[in-house]
Amino acid sequence: MTSFPWAPGFIEGDRPQIVTSRFQYEDSFTLERYLATGGYDGLRSALARSPQDMHEEVRSSTLLGRGGAGFPAGVKWGLTPEGVYPRYLVVNGDESEPGTYKDRLLMERDPHQLIEGCLIACYAAGLSQCFLYIRGEMALAQERVATALNDAYAAGYIGKNILGSAFSLDIVLHWGAGAYVVGEETALIESLEGNRGMPRLKPPYFPAAIGLYGQPTIVNNVETLSNLPFIASKGAAEYTAIGTESSPGTRMVAVSGHVRRPGVYEIINGTTTFRDLLYGEEFCQGIRDGNDLKAFVPGGGSAPWFLPDQLDLPFEGRLVGAAGSMLGSGAIMVMDSTTDIPSAALTLTKFYAHESCGKCVPCREGGTWLMRILDRVVEGHGTTDDLDLLLEVGESICPGDMPHAASAELQLEATPFPYKMTTICFVGPSAYVPVHSALTLFRSEFEARVAPSRSRTRIPVTAVGGDS
Amino acid sequence: MSEQSVEITVNGKTVSAKPGEMVIAAAERAGDFIPRFCYHPRMSSVGMCRQCLVEIDTGRGPMLQPSCMVPVSPGMTVDTESETTKRAQEGILELLLANHPLDCPVCDKGGECPLQDQAFSHGPGESRYIEEKRHYEKPIEISSLIMLDRERCVLCDRCTRFADEVAGDPLIHFVERGNATQVMTYPDEPFSSHFSGNTAQICPVGALTAKPYRFKARPWDLEQVNSTCTSCSVGCEISVHSSRDQVLRYQGIDNDDVNWGWLCDRGRFNFESIHAEGRVTEPLIKTADGHQATSWNAAMSITTDLLKSALESTGPSSIGVIGGARGTNEDAWAWAQLCSALGIDRRDPQLGDGLPAALLGMPRATIREMASASTVVLMAPDLKEELPVLYLRLRDAVVNGSTKIIEFTSTGSGLTRHAWRSVRHGAGDISDVVTATLADPDVQSQLSDAG
Repeated sequence: MTSFPWAPGFIEGDRPQIVTSRFQYEDSFTLERYLATGGYDGLRSALARSPQDMHEEVRSSTLLGRGGAGFPAGVKWGLTPEGVYPRYLVVNGDESEPGTYKDRLLMERDPHQLIEGCLIACYAAGLSQCFLYIRGEMALAQERVATALNDAYAAGYIGKNILGSAFSLDIVLHWGAGAYVVGEETALIESLEGNRGMPRLKPPYFPAAIGLYGQPTIVNNVETLSNLPFIASKGAAEYTAIGTESSPGTRMVAVSGHVRRPGVYEIINGTTTFRDLLYGEEFCQGIRDGNDLKAFVPGGGSAPWFLPDQLDLPFEGRLVGAAGSMLGSGAIMVMDSTTDIPSAALTLTKFYAHESCGKCVPCREGGTWLMRILDRVVEGHGTTDDLDLLLEVGESICPGDMPHAASAELQLEATPFPYKMTTICFVGPSAYVPVHSALTLFRSEFEARVAPSRSRTRIPVTAVGGDS
Repeated sequence: MSEQSVEITVNGKTVSAKPGEMVIAAAERAGDFIPRFCYHPRMSSVGMCRQCLVEIDTGRGPMLQPSCMVPVSPGMTVDTESETTKRAQEGILELLLANHPLDCPVCDKGGECPLQDQAFSHGPGESRYIEEKRHYEKPIEISSLIMLDRERCVLCDRCTRFADEVAGDPLIHFVERGNATQVMTYPDEPFSSHFSGNTAQICPVGALTAKPYRFKARPWDLEQVNSTCTSCSVGCEISVHSSRDQVLRYQGIDNDDVNWGWLCDRGRFNFESIHAEGRVTEPLIKTADGHQATSWNAAMSITTDLLKSALESTGPSSIGVIGGARGTNEDAWAWAQLCSALGIDRRDPQLGDGLPAALLGMPRATIREMASASTVVLMAPDLKEELPVLYLRLRDAVVNGSTKIIEFTSTGSGLTRHAWRSVRHGAGDISDVVTATLADPDVQSQLSDAG
């Protein structure tokens, strides 16, 4: 097996490759290589038919959004109101979920594939302009996409009357300024408009009707769009032949943590299991140093944790949801038996507390409070009461049942995803999810760290207490 | 005109709400107060504080939703008292208090503080937050009138929204993010708005305070009398707050026909002139030796005697009455009644500002009618400077309504950026400019749309 240092984790094999087919070439990001490997064929084939026809093709491919929610792209495109123009495509390249770096590689290794996907999406969904929003920290991705855009403009793939057709499109490149919450689509739109990156209030749940500059807007993830050249040139049938009926095609996963070979892999949607991925020879090749797997995060830092009990679950949204977590952004973080669970939870919670935009109270105050209590516990200054307090503060962010995995050892049944929340967006709950998962699945590790209960500190804030 | 109403159920009662009304407003009218901090009926909802979360069921089961963001819909069921609602509201209140200093005894807002009140009515009564609270420099001067204490701030976005949406002076905004978010001005640029005092009034905590009132009184010691502001002819409804025979502040009262609760800074803070040294505080009689102070009784009887003797010797036509443009309608009505009783015809209420009779003879409009007009032709001084609250109403009519302004001005005004047409005229040529503008077919069609 050959490995490719410029694409960590990627190995040439006989697995179907949809979005990583060019990763084997060191110069995969150039227009020359792109054209030599069937580049812009999808665009040609799309332009040869009507937009409605192309839209129908994508709809029948059941291409699921890869940003986290897994909403079918073809259906999303159909949500824009009739006859309202201009309408925009916004490409969400603000990949910042902890552990996720698949979109970065797609932009660094194959920027033309993304550009072609944007062109096909705009043609099929009747969108007038495309805005490409790339995370501020991804310097190489910005550089490669910018170069690719210039080359594609010069070659006539973008601009007026593309390839001699009546279809014209401009793609505007925008760099983020470094805020996690801007990965949330409405916050991304705010940021693109020049405002503070804060999520908009829902409803409307989708920006399809009122989005960028108040116009109908489709927000798609980089990986979602990168699938379109394949669907346009080879057809939906060939795409749905891969994977399962409800989760067709492949998906990119980014594995980090205690595996032998962390990296980004293109796996088959719906059938590949977590065990295949973490232990398979062509993927991660098992846990480092021959250690045992302790836990793993299946879908980015905001996903509830899984135990070895869940290894045989396939990458299928509904099954993973029923098991108490989500596939989210496709980032798998692996923790082996040497992991200090309270510290791992603190690391994640710290991130979300730091990234809170400050708009709504439960996230702004609750996230930081959770972080401070957990910090106290990890440092060895906590008591058993603090463990209950963590869950009680968490309930102010996520009232009701929290999703968590099943555990044979703890005789625990799974609670399915999703959770309820008092916040505007998912950043607040994401600060609580690692705390809840860690405390539910590894409470003994916390108990070993804390002193026994003292009488609890409660500070009266009203002279006579509430009206109890 | 009968508006259709929407029937919803609040805590088991059937409530009829206006279409498009938010649940929080409908419930309040029905007598069920939902706690809130960021919600303000005169500004757009932002759903930031999450304090107004209640269980709302629109047919898919009860869900916790911010009632300031959810418009009423037929058949909706709202539960403001369920266990889930209570638990959520107590949770949010505890989080709001987590970083709020408990300095109520020295806080000017203490006693009229929504956070204090709602901590009693909807809070958990105690806090489990034992960490150190946020610290900022206490209070900083963000304008010559307004002080900001960021430690007390609950970041409800009311002041910043007011400055941006209502006043059109977006000079304060959030800076930093997450737990470090603060309200702040631009560097080295004060919050110099004509309307800055309103932010201190709508602040739900003691974060924004107006200098003239700081540490002057406790709200429960204040005597409150409703009145009308006399600083200009808009006539904003105010509440005059005084303690120990000293007027200490004016607060705006939400009068639907006039000021919607807003005041301009000149109106709000000019009460300080009441205590000015050179102010005439008693009646003066003009004598050969100059003005001599006297009592009200003496002044009244002298006036009566003078009026009587004039009426008897030369008749009512020899008497003229000059009113003041700063009096209220009630004042004007009262002295006009007196004139009528005495048969005095020579009256000048000083309302004309020297305008020609043809203009003064035109039908008058109320502020409410102006704000709902499709076209407003403005031949006026800069309203933002001269009649500030009228400027707010007209700005709102343009920004949030469909009113179009045709403005004739020699220098540009605060409304120029909101005007549909802003036409400049030089000294003396306004009539030519108006005639030319009226000949514009676009203007003609806009004016004829007005009906």
